[in-house]
Amino acid sequence: MDFLSNYDLLGAFWVTVQLTFWSAIGALVWGVVLAGMRVSPVWLMRAFATAYVNVVRNTPLTLLVVASSLGLYQTLGVSLTTDTTTSAIDITNFRLSVLAFILYTGTFVSEAVRSGINTVPVGQAEAARALGLGFFQTLTIVVLPQALRSVVAPLASVLIALTKNTTVASAIGVAEAAVLMRTMIENEGQAGTLVFLVFALGFVILTLPVGLLLGWLSQKVAVKR
Amino acid sequence: MSGAPSVLYDAPGPKAKVRNTVYSVVFLVVLAAAAWFVLAALGNKDQLTAKMWSPFVDGGTWTEYLIPGLGTTLLAAVLAIVIALPVGAIFGIARLSEHVWIRVPAGVLVELFRAIPVLMLMLFSNFFYVWYTDIDSDIRPLFAVVTGLVLYNGSVLAEVFRAGISSLPRGQSEAAYALGLRKTQTMLTILLPQAVTVMLPAIVSQLVVVVKDTALGSTILSFSDLLSNYRILSANYGNTIPTLIVIGVIYVVVNMVVTRLAAMLERRMSRRGRSTARPEGPASTTAVPMADLPVADPL
Repeated sequence: MDFLSNYDLLGAFWVTVQLTFWSAIGALVWGVVLAGMRVSPVWLMRAFATAYVNVVRNTPLTLLVVASSLGLYQTLGVSLTTDTTTSAIDITNFRLSVLAFILYTGTFVSEAVRSGINTVPVGQAEAARALGLGFFQTLTIVVLPQALRSVVAPLASVLIALTKNTTVASAIGVAEAAVLMRTMIENEGQAGTLVFLVFALGFVILTLPVGLLLGWLSQKVAVKR
Repeated sequence: MSGAPSVLYDAPGPKAKVRNTVYSVVFLVVLAAAAWFVLAALGNKDQLTAKMWSPFVDGGTWTEYLIPGLGTTLLAAVLAIVIALPVGAIFGIARLSEHVWIRVPAGVLVELFRAIPVLMLMLFSNFFYVWYTDIDSDIRPLFAVVTGLVLYNGSVLAEVFRAGISSLPRGQSEAAYALGLRKTQTMLTILLPQAVTVMLPAIVSQLVVVVKDTALGSTILSFSDLLSNYRILSANYGNTIPTLIVIGVIYVVVNMVVTRLAAMLERRMSRRGRSTARPEGPASTTAVPMADLPVADPL
């Protein structure tokens, strides 16, 4: 067990947590916007959102992450940072992978939110319209608040999947948990099984409380009907 | 979305029609601006020249790289799902066991393997094969990728099976016991076949997840699948972006075909469900409808 202290375990998991945090916020916003477009009265927005969700959801995340690095950064020169010191590449790769996670996870958030919109009784929207609210008002004031409360549980499983998916950032060299695990297993030979168990435990610790907490929250905030 | 007005808005009147057209035009302008911006950026870096795209018109690119790559991807995906199915069934049934010493360990294993990222499972399987087996290093990446996928999808499918079996009406197993069948016989001959039929669409759509996850192997284990071809092609022709786009399109097409297949199966299942005589009244509601069953993790 001694060799574990030679490595920055907490640091690696901290990067994982940061990746998850920024991606989760971005994906939630992007997912809700996409869901709004998918139920909107404007035909073109519906078509765009449907096409986007179907295409991106069926693309491997690894491809998106690789494309954000090779395509956006190395070929097109989109660097996402104004930093010019030596850490610029690390910052760029971190932000590019967050971008890829947002684009990808947003589709799953959108699907979850859309299913939540379907749980809101038709009468609610009809009542809102009878009061003279427009589509945007009906959606944001009446329907979405109820829809979001009913999809906390599906969103929790999207968040847990996202947490695990952040390991894909290792494909473009973001120094998160999977990168450290690989280095440690390589260095420690057959003690590698122990290393694997430590990292496995790390992810259980990261995902289990989230699942339990959001499971409890989904019971608490659900609109009782 | 065929003509029928949505819950959220009325069938548009003359004013709303004009407004929607205005929004459409504005959105179109935004989309066109974004497309123009992207195309201009691509054009500036010479990504739109014929030289960049001509490799994909040449049949050699397809027969040498893309089709074999797709073959490896599909091989890994199909192997993984075929092996994960019995594994998932065994663990799903074990979690429903009456014996604590079977139920609890099975539950712990399933929850553990669902919590670990697939990428880590693949990495570890690879090292495991290096240490304890003498599998040839040419084929080791395939073994590692399939093992990682089986461990993860086996545990996801275990939950799918558990839900499928629990969704069957209690009367099914009661009738089987009344006929004098043993627990094992009831499970294997009565419950499992029905559960598999109910869960078949979910199992097929899990194949999409597996196809996407095989791509993990190409970046961390030098598994020579469809995605890994971007290295060879962009090294030969210097056309990174066109290559990634073409490979992405192939993945999307394959996965959409699989999704379509799952939807077709689901329709067929529900048709069969209707034609089978079911007891009317409250007894039939004990079966959980398909829509309420947990879907596999989105990954």
